[in-house]
Amino acid sequence: MDRNRLKHQVASMRSSLFDQGYLDEPFIQLEELQDDDNPNFVQEIVTLFYTDSARLIQNIEHALNSRRIDFDKLDDYMHQFKGSSSSIGAKKVTNECTVFREYCSAENAEGCIRSFQQVKQEYAILRRKLEVYLQMVRQAAVSRTT
Amino acid sequence: MGLKLQPSQQQQQHHSVAVKVNEQTGTKRGYTFIQANRAWLPKFLLLWVMVMAFLSTWIYKKMDADIKVRRKEVLSSMCDERARMLQDQFSVSVNHVHALAILISTFHYYKNPSAIDQETFAEYTARTAFERPLLSGVAYAERVVHSEREEFERQHGWTIKTMQREPSPVRDEYAPVILSQETVSYIESLDMMSGEEDRENILRARATGKAVLTNPFRLLGSHHLGVVLTFPVYKAKLPTRPTVEERIEATAGYLGGAFDVESLVENLLGQLAGNQAILVNVYDITNTSDHLIMYGHQNQNGDLALLYESKLDFGDPFRKHTMICRYHQKAPTSWTALTTAFLFFVICLLVGYILYGAAIHIVKVEDDFHEMQELKVRAEAADVAKSQFLATVSHEIRTPMNGILGMLALLLDTDLSSTQRDYAQTAKVCGKALITLINEVLDRAKIEAGKLEMETVPFDLRSILDDVLSLFSEKSRNKGVELAVFVSDKVPEMVMGDPGRFRQIITNLVGNSVKFTERGHIFVKVHLAENTKPVVDAKAETCLNGGSDEGVPISGAHQFKTLSGYEAADERNSWDSFKHLVSYEESQYGASVNMTVPGETSQSVTLMVSVEDTGIGIPLIAQDRVFMPFMQADSSTSRHYGGTGIGLSITKCLVELMGGHISFVSRPQVGSTFTFTADFGRCKKASFNDTKKSNTEDLPSSFRGLKAIVVDRKPVRAAVTRYHLKRLGILAEVAGSVKIAVSACGKNGSSCGSKIQPDIILVEKDLWLSGEDGGLSLRMLDWKPNGHVFKLPKMFLLATNITNAELEKAKAASFVDTVIMKPMRASMVAACLQQVLGIGNKRQAGKDAQNGSLRSLLCGKKILVVDDNMVNRRVAAGALKKFGAAVECAESGKVALKLLQIPHSFDACFMDIQMPEMDGFEATRQIRMMESQAHEQMNGGGIDKGLAGKGEWHVPILAMTADVIHATYDECLKCGMDGYVSKPFEEENLYQAVAKFFQV
Repeated sequence: MDRNRLKHQVASMRSSLFDQGYLDEPFIQLEELQDDDNPNFVQEIVTLFYTDSARLIQNIEHALNSRRIDFDKLDDYMHQFKGSSSSIGAKKVTNECTVFREYCSAENAEGCIRSFQQVKQEYAILRRKLEVYLQMVRQAAVSRTT
Repeated sequence: MGLKLQPSQQQQQHHSVAVKVNEQTGTKRGYTFIQANRAWLPKFLLLWVMVMAFLSTWIYKKMDADIKVRRKEVLSSMCDERARMLQDQFSVSVNHVHALAILISTFHYYKNPSAIDQETFAEYTARTAFERPLLSGVAYAERVVHSEREEFERQHGWTIKTMQREPSPVRDEYAPVILSQETVSYIESLDMMSGEEDRENILRARATGKAVLTNPFRLLGSHHLGVVLTFPVYKAKLPTRPTVEERIEATAGYLGGAFDVESLVENLLGQLAGNQAILVNVYDITNTSDHLIMYGHQNQNGDLALLYESKLDFGDPFRKHTMICRYHQKAPTSWTALTTAFLFFVICLLVGYILYGAAIHIVKVEDDFHEMQELKVRAEAADVAKSQFLATVSHEIRTPMNGILGMLALLLDTDLSSTQRDYAQTAKVCGKALITLINEVLDRAKIEAGKLEMETVPFDLRSILDDVLSLFSEKSRNKGVELAVFVSDKVPEMVMGDPGRFRQIITNLVGNSVKFTERGHIFVKVHLAENTKPVVDAKAETCLNGGSDEGVPISGAHQFKTLSGYEAADERNSWDSFKHLVSYEESQYGASVNMTVPGETSQSVTLMVSVEDTGIGIPLIAQDRVFMPFMQADSSTSRHYGGTGIGLSITKCLVELMGGHISFVSRPQVGSTFTFTADFGRCKKASFNDTKKSNTEDLPSSFRGLKAIVVDRKPVRAAVTRYHLKRLGILAEVAGSVKIAVSACGKNGSSCGSKIQPDIILVEKDLWLSGEDGGLSLRMLDWKPNGHVFKLPKMFLLATNITNAELEKAKAASFVDTVIMKPMRASMVAACLQQVLGIGNKRQAGKDAQNGSLRSLLCGKKILVVDDNMVNRRVAAGALKKFGAAVECAESGKVALKLLQIPHSFDACFMDIQMPEMDGFEATRQIRMMESQAHEQMNGGGIDKGLAGKGEWHVPILAMTADVIHATYDECLKCGMDGYVSKPFEEENLYQAVAKFFQV
C-alpha cells in the first residue's frame, strides 16, 4: 500500500515536472536508458549535469564580471550549458539559455546579466525539484526491493 | 522563445549570405566598355561635335577653293579667247592695209602716169571699207624731201601744212597726205611728219618695212581711243634682205589708218557669250612703267581680286599690248559648298547624338539589369529564408510534438481503462496527424528550397497501394464508399523509384478523395502510360459473360458502368474503355507469358495512375488554382473538411520531380479524376530478390492454382477483385449472377471441359441482397448429392460495409463462410482465405522490433563518441551501450584524432559538430586526411603488417546534431561524414543511419 502510494507520488511528481514544462522528451529517453545494467543512469547523468553546470555557471559569472565582456567566450559557455541542459531535457533552463544567447549575439551586456539571473533561477528551481524527485525515486526503488 | 529566436537569427545570417553573394557577383559581372567609360560620354559627344565642325569647315574651304579655281580657269579661257579673236580681227585689217599699200605702189608708182588719183582712191577705199571695219579711214602720204617741196606743192596746187593746219616750216622731209578716204578727207595735205607720234611711226615703219602702231590716243573724229597704223610703200622692189638704209632709200610714201580700238573691242565682245560677266581692258604696255589704256575704263569696280592677263600681238614688234580680264561681280558666296558643309555637320551632329543616346540607353539598361539582378538575388535569398523559416518553425513544432507522442505512447503502455485508452489513442492519432501536416509543410519548404531529392530504390508498387488503401479503409467503410485499386499486369512487379514519395502522392490524392466523397467509390488505377489509349481493335466482346450491354436500371436510377455505378467525371475510367485495357492485357498475358514483354529492355517505365472519385467535385472557378499552395476551393471548404490545401501543391511538385505531370477532370457534384504520370526505373532481376524481402511483405504462395468465380454484375469491380485474386495466384472467372456461376459449376463435371471447377466463390453483397439467394441456396443444395463435386466451393461475401443484422442473416443462411471487407487487399484476402480454407500459415513473423534489430546491429561494435559536453557525451554513450555497443568517449576533436590514429579498432564514430577548438567538420576532415595518407602509404610502401589485410581505412563518422536543416547535412557530407543522427537519439533515426554501415 505504502509502496503503491510512493509509486503514485513519484508518477504525479514526474508528470507535474513535465506539465509545468521543467522537463521534456530527452528526460524520458534518459529514463529509458536506465535498465538493470545501468540502474542509476538518470541519477548519474543528473549529477554530471550539476557538476558541469556549476563549473559553467562559475565561468559565465566570471566572464560577466570582467571589465570587457568577451561575448564569444560567453556564447561558447552558454552553448555548452544549453547543450547539457537540453540533453537532460531541462526545458525551461534551455529556453532561458536561448534568450541569453540571443542577448549575447546582440552583445547586450545588460540583457545578458538579466537573463543570466533567469538562467540561474531556473537552474536552481530545477535542481531543487529534481533532487526531490530523484530522492523519491530512490525511495520507491528501495521500497520495491525491500 | 526559441521558436521566435532561431529563425530571426537565421534570417540575419541568410541576409548576410545574400549580401556576400551580391558582392561576389558585383566583382564578377563584367562591365562593358561603355559602362566603364560612362563619365566620358558627354565629353566624347563634345569632342565629336568639335571634330565634325572642323571637318565641315574644311569641306567648305575645299569646295570653295575648287570653285575659285574653276572660276579662274573660266576667266582665263574667256580672256584668251577674246584676245585671240581681237588679234585675228586686227591682223585681218592689217593685211588689208598691206594689200592697199601694194595697190598704191603698183598703180601709183609703177604705172606712169599714175593710175590712181584722189577720186579713184576715195572710191576704192569706200567700196572696200567693209573689209576694214575697224579702220575709221585710210590715207596715203607721199614722202617728199625738202628739195622736192616746191615742185610738189606746185604740182598739187597746195602747200604742205602741219597738223595745226598751218603752212609747214622747213624740214628735211615731209609726208603730206595726197590720197585719203572720204571719211578722213580732212587730213589731206597735212604733213604727217609734223605730229610727233606720226613721225616716229613713219620712221619706224620705213625702217622695218612692217606695219607699226602708235600709242593709243583720242581720235580726231570720234573721240574714241584709237591707234594709228602706218605702213611703208616702197618705190622700187626691194632686195630679199634689205638693210635699213636700203629701205629708207626705197621709201615712196606711207599708208596710214586709224584703228578705232574701242569700237573694235566693243564689237568683238558683243559677238561673244558671257559678255556681261567679264570686264575687259586692253593696255599698251610698251612703256612698262606707264601702261596706256586702249580700251575700257581705268577706274572700274569689278572683282579686283581676280584678273587675268592675255598677251596681244598686233604684228608690231616694238609695241606690246595686253588684255586684262576680270569679272564684273565679286565671286558670289558659294551656296553649294555652304549647304553641303552645313548638312554634313548637321548629319554628323545627329549621328553623334544618336550614338550618344544609344550609349546612354545602354548604360541605363545595364544599370537596370544589374539592379534587377541584385533584386533577383535578394528575392531568391528571401525565398530561401522563407523556406528555412518554415523548415525551422516546423522543426521547432515537431520537437514538442514528438514529446507529446512519446508521452502518449508511454501512456498507452500503462494499464488504462478502455475509455482512457481510447482517449489516449485519439490523442495520439491527432498528434500524428499534426506531425503529418508539419511534415507536409517541411516537404513543401524543402521542395521550394530545391533540397528534396528522390531516392531510387526498388519497391513493390502494389503493396504500397494496398498499404495506402488500408490506411483509408476505416474511413471509407464508415462512409460506405467503395475503395478499390487496380494495377495493370503489365506494370512490373518491382520498380525503381522513391517509394516514400510515391506513397505520399497516392495518400494525398486518395486522402482528398476520401475527404470529399460521401457516396459511390474511389478507384485507384495504375497502368503503363503507353496503354492509355484503348486498343481499338479490341472491340470484339470478350468472354466476360453477363456484362449487360446497357446500364442496368436499379431502383429507377440510371447506373453507370463505373466501379460503384455512380457517374464519374472522367469517362475514360468507365467500363467501356477499361474493358479494352483488361482484355488487351489478357490477350497479351496469354500470349507472352514466356516471352519478353515488349519494352522490357528499356530502362524506364512510365506509369499512369488515376484516382477517381464520385465526390463533390471541384467548382469550375476553383479548378485553375487547385495546385496552388494554401488554396482551397473556397473558404468554406476548410471549414467543412479541414485541411490546409497544401497537399495538392506538394503532390504536383513530387509528380514533377518524378518526371511526370498531373492533371484532373472534375465535374461538380459528379466527382473528380486525378491522373498523373511518373517515370520509374525498371528493376533488374538480380537486385529484385534481395530487396524484395526487406521492402515488401510477401504474399503467401499457398493459394497458387486455386480457382475462383467472382459473382459481380459490375465488370469494373469484378476486374478489381480478379486482380487481387490473381496476385495470390488464384485463377478467377467472372459471372454476372449467382445463377450463372452455379450453372457453370454444375455443368463442369459433365460437358464443359473448359469451365473451371471453382474452389471459391466470391459474391458481391449487393447482388446477394438483391434477392437471388433463395434460389441460390436451393441450387447449392442440389449440388451436394450430385456427387460430381468433391468439395463444396467456399463462399465469400464481398462487402464495403455490413450491418450486424445482415451478417447474422448471412451466417444463418449458411450462405457464406466469411465476409471479406472492402477495400480488398491481397494480403487481407489471403488472410481471410487462410482462415477459411485452413491452409497453413506460412507467413513469417513480422520483423523484429527495431529495438532488437538495432541491438543486433550495434552489439559488440566499438564506437567512439566525441562530444565536448560531458552530459551529452554520457547520454549518447548510455544510449549506445544500451544497444550492446562498447563505447569510448572523447571530449574534443583532438582527442578523437589521437584515438583514431591508424591502426585502431573502432567500428564507428559519433561526432558532435559544434565543439570548441576543433569542430566536428574539421576533425572529420583531418581524420579522412589521415586515412587517405595511411592508404597511400599502404599502397606505396607495400606491405605494412596488419594493415594490408584490413583493406581501406574508412571509419564511419556520423554527425550528432540538434538541427536538421538540410544545409547542415550537406555540410556533413561535404567534409567526409557518412551521415547524421539527431540529438538526442531517436531509435528509428539511429537505426536508419547505422544500418548503412553495419550489416546484420
